[in-house]
Amino acid sequence: MKTYFKSSLLLTLVLIFLTAFVYPVLVRGIAYLAPGQGKGVNIESNGKVVGYANIGQKFTEDRYFWGRPSAVDYNAAGSAGSNKGPSNPDYLQIVQDRIDTFIAHNPTITAAQIPAEMVTASGSGLDPHISVQSALIQVERIAQTRGIELGKINQLITQQEQGPLLGIAGPADIVNVLKLNIELDKLN
Amino acid sequence: MTTEIIGIVATFIITLLLAIPLGKYIAKVYQGDKTFLDFLNPVERFIYRICGIDVAKQMNWKEHLVALLVINLVWFVIGFVILLTQGWLPLNPDGNPNMTPDLAFNTAISFLVNCNLQHYSGETGLSYFSQLVVITFLQFVSAATGMAALAVLFNALKERTTTHLGNFFDYFTKSITRILLPLSLIVAVILVFSGTPASFDGKDTITNLQGDTVQVSRGPAAGMIAIKHIGTNGGGWFGVNSAHPLENPSYLTNTVELVAQVIIPIALVFALGFYLNRKKLAVMVFGVMTVGFLCLLVPTVIAEVNGNPAITAMGIDQSAGAMEGKETRFGTGISAYWSVVTTIISTGSVNSMHDSSMPVSNLTLLMGMMINAFYGGCGVGILNFFIFIIIAVFVAGLMVGRTPEFMGKKIEAREMKIAMLIALLHPFLILTGTALSSYMVTADSSIAWLNNPGYHGFSEMLYEYTSSSANNGSGFEGLGDNNPFWNITTGFVLILGRFLPIIGPLAIAGLLAQKKYIPEGAGTLRTDTATFGLMVFGVIVIVAALSFFPALTLGPIAEYFSLY
Repeated sequence: MKTYFKSSLLLTLVLIFLTAFVYPVLVRGIAYLAPGQGKGVNIESNGKVVGYANIGQKFTEDRYFWGRPSAVDYNAAGSAGSNKGPSNPDYLQIVQDRIDTFIAHNPTITAAQIPAEMVTASGSGLDPHISVQSALIQVERIAQTRGIELGKINQLITQQEQGPLLGIAGPADIVNVLKLNIELDKLN
Repeated sequence: MTTEIIGIVATFIITLLLAIPLGKYIAKVYQGDKTFLDFLNPVERFIYRICGIDVAKQMNWKEHLVALLVINLVWFVIGFVILLTQGWLPLNPDGNPNMTPDLAFNTAISFLVNCNLQHYSGETGLSYFSQLVVITFLQFVSAATGMAALAVLFNALKERTTTHLGNFFDYFTKSITRILLPLSLIVAVILVFSGTPASFDGKDTITNLQGDTVQVSRGPAAGMIAIKHIGTNGGGWFGVNSAHPLENPSYLTNTVELVAQVIIPIALVFALGFYLNRKKLAVMVFGVMTVGFLCLLVPTVIAEVNGNPAITAMGIDQSAGAMEGKETRFGTGISAYWSVVTTIISTGSVNSMHDSSMPVSNLTLLMGMMINAFYGGCGVGILNFFIFIIIAVFVAGLMVGRTPEFMGKKIEAREMKIAMLIALLHPFLILTGTALSSYMVTADSSIAWLNNPGYHGFSEMLYEYTSSSANNGSGFEGLGDNNPFWNITTGFVLILGRFLPIIGPLAIAGLLAQKKYIPEGAGTLRTDTATFGLMVFGVIVIVAALSFFPALTLGPIAEYFSLY
């Protein structure tokens, strides 16, 4: 028992050194070779850092593509989903309100055209993507607000479209909202 | 949707293709055979020397358990003290405070027992020092503890009579140096090249495109996210775990994390076959586990892909499935697959919010944790399955009128008593805890733990105790669980739900190993056949169904009928 205790204590110290010092420092070293050098991948607009490529941002203005509803308002100091259950009446009312708001801002769109992800909160509250369909139904609003041709914006969406992994696995046709909006700003 | 289904099938096939050779390798490690990592021999010898460990000393099952419990106690004390004082310790760029005593108790226990229930959010709850020295460290050693315990079981099931069952410290250390560390390093490298942070910088402040100022949490996360999956731990760096776009940036990393979390549990099943040279037995175990997995997987995927009927009724396009709490880059298909995998194998990491999943999924996820033996956690999955085998041998023996035997050893009253106690412990902990918390919520209307009303609120409490007892760690995160009641009650459930299911199977294995070995004959009940597999499956269904059906009826089943 006593020998076990002493050996346990020493082995613990050795393994803390190995797993909590050597290992993370080694990974940190390797990360210098990776994009963003292990600090997260930044994204720029007009030579200025405006965010992280993987972290979604809040867009409320009519001239930008909107992302998904977020339980943390896209502040990545934290992260959270809504954790609302599927039968919760208050939650279902919130979804209905989001549908109404979306249609009010995009009067040419009918409810049947709105994909579910535009009116449901993401898991992280920081989801950077929406489906191509969700982008397409916002084109008319953006074109009108900015006074640009529809075709140019549609072309942007096609350029930014990400297919499934290796063309075969995963959700088809999504776009990164922040990247799309940065490109959109370049049009004017 | 076709590409989403292809993603699910491909992920499972990749896992199997990698798990078989890994199982062969793991068997070699525990047998002490030559492997390509033998260049680590001097490192391990050096560790044993400075720690005063004599690996040639063989332990019996009781000595193994003493060694296991003593070293776990050391870890608990260190973890608890660091969490209580982290605000004063180095590597805390975001200035996060000390944990309260009840939260530190819960967190230290939770990571010690490989559960990783998190009543805090990583961004605000932990310093980088705690993330590494407490969390990452415990993620390695708790997984290695389960694997070392399983190695003792393997050793005890050999065809002979003995009390010499190898050396605990040897099995334990090699589990880390030969298996967990190398695999974690591979996963960590893939993650950093996909955009997961690994630097020690604190929160970043940015002005976004619309001109608002927001912050972004970061830290040396990649290494921790790797071992969280390789070791079936599941505790995330960030609050939302692998739903976070830095913790799991793409469909590719999602696939890697999915394969990583289930590869060792499956490989250990094959390791059993290679180690004991009983491949048919391994196939039987794998078969039962896989059938069980598929029975839970298929309805979950169907439910999530079809979406929420209450939202369909609003007339929108729900062709992508139930997207509440899910991420666009993963989609509903692989998120459903993830949620089933993470609950059957006790990882408990999530890439979607289980609280927002459909009632059918609530049911399957709860059942996965209630059974807790379809693949199961690192090492402990097979220990749990071993209990079901012992019960099945006994029941089958009674049915055909033969002496119950397993691997040439008689199963007698003492082993059966232990097996039954362990099988009943899990429902006892879950149902008692849920009953107590349900009483509290109804008796005192000022208690506001629940994020959802009605049946779903009940499911939130049931899920929390099930996750604790199964050492899973996922949660219905709407539950307000960072308070003394939940921290302390789940803390005790965690301890009992971890150590008794390790002690019980090891005691049975130790007792069996001491018994006279009877070679198999014509009268032996064969345990490596499909018939016996069906028998084990039946025992699992009966134990789980009888114990948990009433509770499941009050939660997910009632919610299902209120929604459809």
